[in-house]
Amino acid sequence: MLAKLKNSLARTRQRLVHQLEEALSLHSRISPELYDELEEILITTDVGLETSGRVLEELKARVKESREERPEMVREFLKEILVDLLSLPVPPAIDRPPLAILVVGVNGVGKTTSIAKLAAYYKAKGCSCLLVAADTFRAAAGEQLAAWGERLGVEIVRSREGSDPGAVVFDGLAAANARRIDVVIIDTAGRLHTKANLMAELEKVYRVCTRNLGDRNLLTLLVLDAGTGQNGLNQARVFQETVGVDGIILAKLDGTARGGIVLAVADQLRLPVVWVGTGEQPDDLRLFDAREFVTALFDET
Amino acid sequence: MIFSNLAGRLQETLRKLRGKGKLTEIDVDEALREVKLALLEADVNFRVVRSFINRVRERAIGKEVTSSLTPGQMVVKIVHQELTALMGAKEEKIRVAPQPPTVVLLVGLQGSGKTTTTAKLGRYLKMQGRRPMLAAADIYRPAAVRQLQILGEKLELPVYFSEGKDPVAIAREAVAAVKKQNCDYLLVDTAGRLHVNEELMEELRAIKEAVRPEEILLVVDAMTGQDAVNVARSFHEKLALTGLVLTKLESDTRGGAALSIREVTGCPIKLVGTGEKLEDLEVFYPDRLASRILGMGDVLTLIEKAEAAVEKDQARDLFHKIQDDRLTLEDFLEQMRQLRKSGLLQQALSFLPGVNPKHLRGMQVSEEDFKHLEAIIQSMTPEERRNPSIINASRRKRIARGSGRSIQEVNRLLNQFEQSKKLMKQLARMGKGGFPMKFPFP
Ligand SMILES: Nc1nc2c(ncn2[C@@H]2O[C@H](COP(=O)(O)OP(=O)(O)OP(=O)(O)O)[C@@H](O)[C@H]2O)c(=O)[nH]1
Ligand SMILES: [Mg+2]
Repeated sequence: MLAKLKNSLARTRQRLVHQLEEALSLHSRISPELYDELEEILITTDVGLETSGRVLEELKARVKESREERPEMVREFLKEILVDLLSLPVPPAIDRPPLAILVVGVNGVGKTTSIAKLAAYYKAKGCSCLLVAADTFRAAAGEQLAAWGERLGVEIVRSREGSDPGAVVFDGLAAANARRIDVVIIDTAGRLHTKANLMAELEKVYRVCTRNLGDRNLLTLLVLDAGTGQNGLNQARVFQETVGVDGIILAKLDGTARGGIVLAVADQLRLPVVWVGTGEQPDDLRLFDAREFVTALFDET
Repeated sequence: MIFSNLAGRLQETLRKLRGKGKLTEIDVDEALREVKLALLEADVNFRVVRSFINRVRERAIGKEVTSSLTPGQMVVKIVHQELTALMGAKEEKIRVAPQPPTVVLLVGLQGSGKTTTTAKLGRYLKMQGRRPMLAAADIYRPAAVRQLQILGEKLELPVYFSEGKDPVAIAREAVAAVKKQNCDYLLVDTAGRLHVNEELMEELRAIKEAVRPEEILLVVDAMTGQDAVNVARSFHEKLALTGLVLTKLESDTRGGAALSIREVTGCPIKLVGTGEKLEDLEVFYPDRLASRILGMGDVLTLIEKAEAAVEKDQARDLFHKIQDDRLTLEDFLEQMRQLRKSGLLQQALSFLPGVNPKHLRGMQVSEEDFKHLEAIIQSMTPEERRNPSIINASRRKRIARGSGRSIQEVNRLLNQFEQSKKLMKQLARMGKGGFPMKFPFP
């Protein structure tokens, strides 16, 4: 699995490293242009102006403080800063099952597929799982989740298209309780954070969960597409406000997109990345490791 | 570098730059620095921003600043015009094949919205009286076929699928099925794929080969970031795209990816998706997206207002001239030029002297009429233009000779000018209070 992540990041990394190397080799001493070029690298990975600016300020401060004069050391400093930024506490493990995971996000980011991956992960750990199809809106969303359930040998609770998602979740949690399930994973319909009515609907689903489980046994995960630009920040902010997001699943990191938006999200919203999606198969999921993520972005080896 | 108050800083820059004649390098660079940040914030690719800014810079330096605008505003105006032009000047239609059926291939990354867009496009074409058929060639994502089938049922459109066949075979068979079912469009939904997945990209090429599509539309999520250029370039290189569809545009994304993609592929944006419902597909308006990407709504509104104020001033000026009987042939010529630009010409032409009313029928006015009119007026001395009453017989002869028109034409123009003046005076009187609404000139 490690090899897989590395592989998928290799392409991403190559160009980045090339740019970085180029930037570094051009400057035998640390110059303003070096910082400009490092900023360019950050921006082309979707880190965004604000966080890039802050990171660079900090980089300059560290360089100054250390009296470091070698450009190649700047890279090490930058890595350190980014790792620090991403090293946020992840939600603690629960002491008693069931664990319910509510998966939310905008349309098409990879929620359903990530749920299949999560189910595969927990099943492999020996947990009993149940999937709840609370996307009652999109055509064939229930079928999609059911197909995964069948493929993974995981049970699913669903209702017909157009029915109330809160009711499905209620039924799902009741079923999990009755069957003494360890992990319940709830698939919700993709929705834009800008749609107030759909966010209100999600809030209702969230309340059904907390009323049944209490806060501690509920984990809300927001899926972000690694290709997302600065809008990812708005997404995270509004979902966080609505359903108290605990962490991020960063999906589709197997493409050339670098997912730098999670740095902005970590910097400005203090939301940790928990999982990384690296493909369309059930085992294409890894626990997020800040150092590994940054190393994979910036390191040649 | 924290750019939290971009708008504030921009206003500041614009204010500082007020009141100069021509755009200097300093004016331009200062304003463009803010523009650059705005574009990056909007997710326009870094390199695209750079080349765009360089282009605009060259065009802007030395440009005359419109009297109503500050140099900074002028630069933003130029940027906005350039952006709009870059996004595509005119509305782009979905092509029709010379021989039916017209095959449209929808391609793109995972989760960009291909299946929904396929159904929306089906509905769109159906509303135009076409008979589209949909084909489900995404055999990979669980229930993708079912999704398209359900959408097809809702729209009462046939959906072609063949169990156990590969996507190339499904697409090929669908073309035959379209002909049999007497449909005229075939919309092929393909599986989402990464542009770096060579096997799957090769599959798309094979589908293209098999169905010879008239349109290959790249479906792109409007929220995409910097990577959009890589994606678009790969798809374009492999398939020679014919157009783009931008989805999820009802979100609060600034949509800069559209500019990046437009720049690297040169393909027009044909349609935009603005909601989850099947009717949420719209034609694309370049200027709207340009404004959105630039994100300087305040500044753009300011520019518009400043310019509108000037136009209003000019109109009021003219109005008073008419009232006081001071209208000159020069005013007419100027109005004509403006009207010609604004496209309101036909509407106002009946008030212009020297235009053959015959030509006005069916709103068809020949360019020649203007040329002649213009030539006659330009052959007059400034004094004659200001005070046509001094134009006697010998002057008429000279004007006719100078403009290459006949004396009769010169006479007609002068008569009609007098008549028009009276008419306009009447209109102006009528329009009092309601001005400028009822006034024939904008
Ligand atoms: N390459 C790649 N594709 C992914 C990944 N995760 C999901 N996908 C693909 O992205 C597409 C959309 O995934 P879904 O799981 O259906 O996304 P969703 O968020 O549930 O979509 P909606 O429910 O329609 O909002 C599918 O084609 C998935 O196979 C990933 O990590 N890598
Ligand atoms: Mg889903």
